[in-house]
Amino acid sequence: MLTCREVTELVTDYVEGRLRLRDRLMMAMHLGMCSHCRRYVRQVRAVMAALPDVAVPPPSEEVVASLSAHFSALPKKPPS
Amino acid sequence: MADGGPDERELLAKLWARDSAAFRALVTRYHASFVRVARSFVASDAIAQEVTQEVWLKIIEGIDGFEGRSSLKTWMFTIVSNRAKTRGVREKRNVPWSSLEPDDPAVDPARFNEGGMWSQPPAAWGEDSPERAAMRAQSLELLANEIERLPEQQRLVVTLRDIHGLDAEEVCNILEVSETNQRVLLHRARARLRAAIETARDRS
Repeated sequence: MLTCREVTELVTDYVEGRLRLRDRLMMAMHLGMCSHCRRYVRQVRAVMAALPDVAVPPPSEEVVASLSAHFSALPKKPPS
Repeated sequence: MADGGPDERELLAKLWARDSAAFRALVTRYHASFVRVARSFVASDAIAQEVTQEVWLKIIEGIDGFEGRSSLKTWMFTIVSNRAKTRGVREKRNVPWSSLEPDDPAVDPARFNEGGMWSQPPAAWGEDSPERAAMRAQSLELLANEIERLPEQQRLVVTLRDIHGLDAEEVCNILEVSETNQRVLLHRARARLRAAIETARDRS
């Protein structure tokens, strides 16, 4: 049997599909019986789902402008 | 490695059509992450900035010839990794496996009883509540701030995996970390981010 503590340490491997069959089954069994751990896993998944929308620190306007100038200086793409 | 999907194909078409807004959006989205990946290989922030500048010029140079055998983002990050490596490797860049502290638990051990079961289980975040949209905007800001507070390697891995959506193998290649290290770093980063949201919710 897994403890709740072990579940919190295995959650990443579980979500990544990296657990061996036996551990995967034990996880599934524990989650089936433990609402606290189900909530914990849901919360980790919620964080993962939100992250693609997190803004990284933006570059300075100077950097963007300078690189845009290089980009705009490209000749038209020849038809392929 | 798959191609980048319909969103990337659309972006590529815009770049090929010299859409400057699309290019600006690309720089805005990826610049900081390029600098951070570069910084994990080189000896200073200044060199990381120089490398990133070179990388953007290489991307501009090569965009017309990009064939889509990998995703655009994989291609770009691979250029960053390669260029940074040729600039010379900084000392102690990689945390050796043996020195990844064993005692960095996902959850404060005090929240479990002696049998390892929850004594202070996680509280609901109100995922089903009507204030969900407002909470979500706040959460995004909180996550952004907490990511800035993560140890460098955890920040790198969670950024590449969960913000930019690269897969495990790609991240291991780009950062030159082992599969095991990558997973441990990702695990700790996600645990800390979850804990940060929990702490903020507990306070409100």
